[in-house]
Amino acid sequence: MAIKTEPFVINIGPQHPSTHGVFRMRLTLDGEVIIDVEPILGYLHRGIEKLAEGRTYTQNIPFTDRLDYLASMSNNLAYVLAVEKLAGTPVPERAEYLRVIMAELQRIASHLVGVGAFLNDCGAFMTPFLYMFREREKILDLFEMVCGQRLTYNYMRVGGISQDVPEEFLPALKKFVLQMPGFIDEYDQLLAENEILLARAKGVGILPRELAINTSASGPVLRASGVKWDIRKADPYSIYDRFEFDIPTGNFGDCYDRYRVRIQEMRQSVRILKQAMEQLPQGEVRSDVPHLIRPPVGEAYGHIEAPKGELGFYLVSDNSIAPYRFHIRAPTLINLTALRDMMIGWKVADAIIIFGSIDICLAEVDR
Amino acid sequence: MTVALSGEEIASQIEEHFPGSIAESSQQSLVVDKEFLLVAATYLKTTPGLDFDYLTSITAVDYYDYFEVIYQLTSLQHNHSLVVKTRYYGRDNPTLPSVVGLWQGADFQEREIYDLMGVSFEGHPNLKRIFLWEGFKGHPLRKDYL
Repeated sequence: MAIKTEPFVINIGPQHPSTHGVFRMRLTLDGEVIIDVEPILGYLHRGIEKLAEGRTYTQNIPFTDRLDYLASMSNNLAYVLAVEKLAGTPVPERAEYLRVIMAELQRIASHLVGVGAFLNDCGAFMTPFLYMFREREKILDLFEMVCGQRLTYNYMRVGGISQDVPEEFLPALKKFVLQMPGFIDEYDQLLAENEILLARAKGVGILPRELAINTSASGPVLRASGVKWDIRKADPYSIYDRFEFDIPTGNFGDCYDRYRVRIQEMRQSVRILKQAMEQLPQGEVRSDVPHLIRPPVGEAYGHIEAPKGELGFYLVSDNSIAPYRFHIRAPTLINLTALRDMMIGWKVADAIIIFGSIDICLAEVDR
Repeated sequence: MTVALSGEEIASQIEEHFPGSIAESSQQSLVVDKEFLLVAATYLKTTPGLDFDYLTSITAVDYYDYFEVIYQLTSLQHNHSLVVKTRYYGRDNPTLPSVVGLWQGADFQEREIYDLMGVSFEGHPNLKRIFLWEGFKGHPLRKDYL
């Protein structure tokens, strides 16, 4: 005899440890199986785009720190690139190299948190997370050396960076670059072939290649689905065309592939860091830029491959000291578009893992 | 390097297929009449050689006389890009066709524009506020809001 059942709605978040911030989703379940997902956003909306229209181009740099606060350096870089495109500002060679060094260190730091939190969601409670925080701490120490801050750096400027690195920075960076591959091996030994992780992440939350492209996914989420697309290679900004590195991709687009792509990207970042360190020239770190920048009337879209995906700034100038329009193409908001398709058909326990594998930062989603 | 295709060249191609569809074009971008937005977008997505399979971003700007919506298109296959714009003149209930049917990635971004700029998208499957709450008055990114 068939038992009569009806769909059941549960609410996860906004205050929930595995939503990585204040994200809320309404899951409609049939027994344990997810049949519908509705993400509900906006709990951290601060109106940054509107605020930025009332501030000068330079004053807006600290706002970008507060988007994806796990990758402030990358946000700084994307914004100053857009302003430089708009105003046609030159950047000294040494500053370009230091920008790349900071952006790649930031990518490693962001992936460490992303992977650590993902493993946490998988049930490897806190141990791998703290292993990864050990190395992230070293990166934060490096950042503290160059700008005195550990989270919101405000380091890049239009036309360069705020100040040159102190003399103890390069030896410390060298030590980090030598040690890091060994630590990545250690993470691999810890969990990469772990039976439970494989069972929970392999084949789960598949995002097919076509759907990934159609939903405008970017970053590790897109690459795990087998699309070899990295803006550092596809549309090299700054000086990325001078470095040798590979683009890791996945085969199936499942949670495990997204995890693997992040681990491999860390290795590639170390490769870039090595080359950048060797080639680092001497010289100025900031070109002569007036305090109040008045870009000519026009618009510019500057984009970079941020740790979580394509981060872009669309700026419109009316030749005043503040942007007329300041739009942020937030990678993690757009990566969430595919969330519903990835979750439907999976069990409620998988929802947490699928969500964790996207690696989002709510401060950037909601802005 | 992603090649930014010339707005003028693509505009003349579209104009050839759909006379009267192009309002303006320059080297950097082209402006499509809103009545022709969907056919032009379909043409850009499906024509071999163009293949704009990836919608990088959508955003809107309030220019007082009109609202401009900007579509940044990319072809991952050919590694080229194009900026397509469309305009709505007037300030009362601006409405444009939705491109969610072509690129699902437009879903949240069109909701964001609706929420903050107050431009509606016809044919969007779930057009409601995304960041602000239901019942919020006004659209903050409009220039006359504050």
